[in-house]
Amino acid sequence: MYGFLQHVINGLAAGTIYALVALGYTMVYGVLKLINFAHGDVMMVGVYVGYAVAFLLGRDSLGSTGSVLLIFAASMAACALLGFLIERFAYRPLREKPRLTALITAIGISFALSYGFQLDAQVNVRGTQVTLLPGAAARAFPEIITPVEWLNIGDGEVVIWNRQVISFLIAIGLMVGLQYLVFRTRFGRAMRAVSFDHRVAALLGIPVDRVIAMTFMLGSSLAAAAGLLYAIKDTSVQPLMGLYVGLKAFVAAVIGGIGHVPGALVGALALGLCEEFVVGYTNSSWRDAVAFGFLIVVLLLRPEGLFGRVQAEKV
Amino acid sequence: MLRSLTPVAIAIAVLALVQVLLNTFEMEFVSVLAMKVGISVILAVSLNIINGMTGQFSIGHAGFMAVGAYTASALTLTLADYRLSFLPPALSDQVYFVLALLVGGAAAALAGFLVGLPSLRLRGDYLAIVTLGFGEIIRVVVQNSPSLGGSLGLNNVPGYTTVAMVWFWAFVVVLLAFRLSQSPHGRALWAIREDEVAAEAMGVDTTGYKVRAFVVSSFFAGVAGGLFTHYLRIATPAKFDFMLSMEVVVMVVAGGLGSTTGAATAAIFLTLLPEGLRTLFRSVGPEDGSWADKVDQVRMPIYGLLLVIIMLTRPQGIFGRHEVWDRWLKPKKKPVPA
Repeated sequence: MYGFLQHVINGLAAGTIYALVALGYTMVYGVLKLINFAHGDVMMVGVYVGYAVAFLLGRDSLGSTGSVLLIFAASMAACALLGFLIERFAYRPLREKPRLTALITAIGISFALSYGFQLDAQVNVRGTQVTLLPGAAARAFPEIITPVEWLNIGDGEVVIWNRQVISFLIAIGLMVGLQYLVFRTRFGRAMRAVSFDHRVAALLGIPVDRVIAMTFMLGSSLAAAAGLLYAIKDTSVQPLMGLYVGLKAFVAAVIGGIGHVPGALVGALALGLCEEFVVGYTNSSWRDAVAFGFLIVVLLLRPEGLFGRVQAEKV
Repeated sequence: MLRSLTPVAIAIAVLALVQVLLNTFEMEFVSVLAMKVGISVILAVSLNIINGMTGQFSIGHAGFMAVGAYTASALTLTLADYRLSFLPPALSDQVYFVLALLVGGAAAALAGFLVGLPSLRLRGDYLAIVTLGFGEIIRVVVQNSPSLGGSLGLNNVPGYTTVAMVWFWAFVVVLLAFRLSQSPHGRALWAIREDEVAAEAMGVDTTGYKVRAFVVSSFFAGVAGGLFTHYLRIATPAKFDFMLSMEVVVMVVAGGLGSTTGAATAAIFLTLLPEGLRTLFRSVGPEDGSWADKVDQVRMPIYGLLLVIIMLTRPQGIFGRHEVWDRWLKPKKKPVPA
């Protein structure tokens, strides 16, 4: 029974992280009808930025609230910038082209980022080695949040860590904020209009380019936050993490119905729990296969997802 | 019937001659290069059937290669104990090899059917994600199967692959791609690529055609996988990773989506280029060969950027959907004065 409870807690904690990444997929898909393949890799870049900031801060100043906020802020800002650049220079010129073109571009960017970060590049600036690209090996992610047991039932049978609670709260908070943004603000209304039909939205005076750019920046910074939470949980960072986490988050978004914000949360929690149970009760090496099996089943039975609606294709 | 078999007969004769020449002059290096290039051609041309002609985007060709590779290797390893006594040993091996390749291809085709059916009912993008995930699943399944050697893989796979065998299959897939693209079946594929809704409105069974194209493409990926492992003499899950899939995707996209000869040309070029650079850097670069090792690392991010640049500047690829010789065969029409 205790084991089951622990699995539920771990699964929910993992699910909230997937949910934050899935939101980025869902938002971009909502406005552009594009699966942003590079989303997971943007997340990976964010984790490396956080790693670099933590490294510069030094071991002594880690663990304080200020340093955590600084790391998150720096990483989210860097990812927002990266998301903006990708949208501006890779996706925007292709917006009126066939969808396949944008998809191939997204795959190309994803590939360039995940394998570009596997290169080793160091420059020597006045005697100090500065690492530009981190190399393929996984690195230990520093403990930017000092681990504390917040709840311990049955002498270590069930443990809730502070990071699990924190990531759960951050995820829920960001999700509620996003829901408010999309349905209660002017920007959200513009976003929904662009999603409905960007040509008509442009005719009505909505700055489509700006709305799409903002959506990318928002999604990318959410991904950065999620990536840091993931790295704290996993205590490691490596260039291919974006590919795996991104794939799982995408599956979560599809389960919930891609384009649907609360659906992404439900899908991600379901996926997190499912993965945790498979790992807990069978063999941990099957973890990466779960998401994919889930995806196939969803596509077979209900391709529009749990909450999505079947949309007739506009010609 | 006879007419359609003539080119195959000629090809077999020519390839047998080439093989005999290669064996008599003992050109090891040329043989190895020829096998690598040939396998790339099979992969690129077969992926072009689904990515180029049909306009669906699969990025998991390596997964289907792995299915074919493991099936074929397991089969040849089992059959190695038995001999067809009425044939000379070398010929008996090749008979088994062809059988293994066909079974491997069939297994990959079956996997293609299972993966394609749910994802190809939907619009384009899903196939990309599902095939990407499929590559991962195959890796996980193989690593968890002790009978397939786990992550260490199958060792001692017999080295049956010959230049003639590789290029025979390359010839088959190129011929099939040509015939297909000019057949009514192929025209349905082109129609799906140009406008899926319109094709459906004209009565094309879009899902059926897409799945069939995908199955054919997967079959040849499986055959290429079998050739690949019997050339390497080992089958490990690490060999069939995402990088391999992406290499084939780059070949197809660079060569021109829908151009069989374009894909083949890009496959030849992109296989020979790194080999050439590696050889070059071994001779002129630093002694420890660090430059030659760099070639493999730098290649991957460059491929990614290449995809982006091609899409931004020439989204149809170098040859578009034309064949390499179209420029010379069809004189340009003069513009009609208005």
